[in-house]
Amino acid sequence: MTADGPNGSEPPDEALESAPIQAIRLRHPWRTVLAGVLILLLALFVIDAARRPAYDWPSVAKYIFDRRISRAAVNTLQLMVYAMVIAIVLGVILAVMRLTPNPVVKSVAWFYIWVFRGTPVYVQLVFWGLLAVIYQNIDIGIPFMKPWFSFETNAALSTFTLAVIGLGLNEASYMSEIVRAGLLSVNRGQEEAATALGMSWFQTMRRIILPQSMRVIIPPTGNEVISMLKTTSLVTAVPYSFDLYTRSRDISAETFNPIPMLIVASIWYLFFTSILMVGQYFLEKRFARGVGDRQPDRKVVAGADPPASPGAGGVR
Amino acid sequence: MVLADRVSKSFGTNQVLKSISLTVKRGEVMCLVGPSGSGKSTFLRCINHLEVVSAGRLSVDGDLIGYREANGRLYELHPREAARQRREIGMVFQLFNLFPHMTALQNVMEAPQVVKGLSKTQAEQRARDLLDRVGLADRSDYYPAHLSGGQQQRVAIARALAMEPKLMLFDEPTSALDPELVGEVLDVMKGLAKSGMTMIVVTHEMGFAREVADSFVFMDGGVVMESGKPSEVLANPQHKRTQAFLSKVL
Repeated sequence: MTADGPNGSEPPDEALESAPIQAIRLRHPWRTVLAGVLILLLALFVIDAARRPAYDWPSVAKYIFDRRISRAAVNTLQLMVYAMVIAIVLGVILAVMRLTPNPVVKSVAWFYIWVFRGTPVYVQLVFWGLLAVIYQNIDIGIPFMKPWFSFETNAALSTFTLAVIGLGLNEASYMSEIVRAGLLSVNRGQEEAATALGMSWFQTMRRIILPQSMRVIIPPTGNEVISMLKTTSLVTAVPYSFDLYTRSRDISAETFNPIPMLIVASIWYLFFTSILMVGQYFLEKRFARGVGDRQPDRKVVAGADPPASPGAGGVR
Repeated sequence: MVLADRVSKSFGTNQVLKSISLTVKRGEVMCLVGPSGSGKSTFLRCINHLEVVSAGRLSVDGDLIGYREANGRLYELHPREAARQRREIGMVFQLFNLFPHMTALQNVMEAPQVVKGLSKTQAEQRARDLLDRVGLADRSDYYPAHLSGGQQQRVAIARALAMEPKLMLFDEPTSALDPELVGEVLDVMKGLAKSGMTMIVVTHEMGFAREVADSFVFMDGGVVMESGKPSEVLANPQHKRTQAFLSKVL
């Protein structure tokens, strides 16, 4: 039935309607017991932790807003943001490369992913740290000719830059697979409809395919962002030592009291993660326009536009 | 308007179209009918180069589709040129293929803005007119998921019309609809035919074919079995295969 035409049927007479059901609700005693046990255990743990001297809560309070720690937190955040920007840009490029018909371009992308996803990020970071040993100078220019620019690797690239590059290039291999999955999730009919309207490949990508693939891309990307925030704790391999984790370890090396510093670092990580989760919620809402905001109540024959929407139920 | 000269199409070793020759004149409505797998959809998709023809020549309004002919040789068209040809040819799909992340209005505005470079106000004006024409002026801010199948298909027709095509292709436009929604889409198509639009319609709606079509083509196994005036073919099919098919659908 469409919402178009006038609706002919009248609501049934009230007198003929049966009384609403008022049944005694089914009890679930075991649920209550389980919840009680869990609350009890949690309370015991919290009370115990608050009193336990090893956690050293006064030290936690003292160091949580320590200048060295808050600076390190900012450094960690920067590492994460820069690395993710590299990863997302390069990831999109690699994903598109893997979907082109050109076999060479395809293989290059495949090879990149094979190498960077197939080796541990820690090992890669150590490699980047040794970049200056392998390539003392970096030349820019035409091969076999006198370079236009030449600079010493050690002077040009700080450990921070190397850490960002190392994290970003590793993450790009994961991001490219996420983006590729997103692009493949959009129904082929969408591309055909756009093509039939005379849109170019690039217009189709930017206006039709990418916005729709965002719904598939965002949740795992949120995962990757959070994972990246925590992976920054490995940059000590470069070695870069001003990130949150390495800095708190360094401080505890002076105070001989590692546990409160670990708690301090964890609280900061959790704080950032929580903010990121809020951001992800709003991004997802933005890209769910037209599809995610409502469950259609019944399927139309053969499904209209899978996977985005199983079709409309007619009634507005 | 549309001239197909011994058009063939193969997917690998599977020949889907075998030497199809057809003509559609300006303002004419042609109905393509046949069992599934007969190649009628493929033929339609060849006309706007969604599929590449393997043999023969296919032209729309004198323009060879997908190729340029010079000195007796064929040159593949640049995608930009192919896109330019497609602008003139509207297509309506069986499964609507509306853009789900855009409202009905945005769906209709998209191509004129992005492809033709119309300003937002111009595109919106045109889109509102077209949505009004298909009877959906009050649904312009709805997302496709909140529209019924028939309404979605009417938006899809408006979207195709927004590019001001000289030819409209319909690929089983009512096959995915609930029976009671078929009529509203056919009504829009009838109106379009009356306004003088050249149309090629792949359909199983024999009533529509009889009422609206100027020519009726029956295809089976990639071959045109029979063609002629719909009233004649429907009333008095010559070929045995046509008789068998029509006896089942009529």
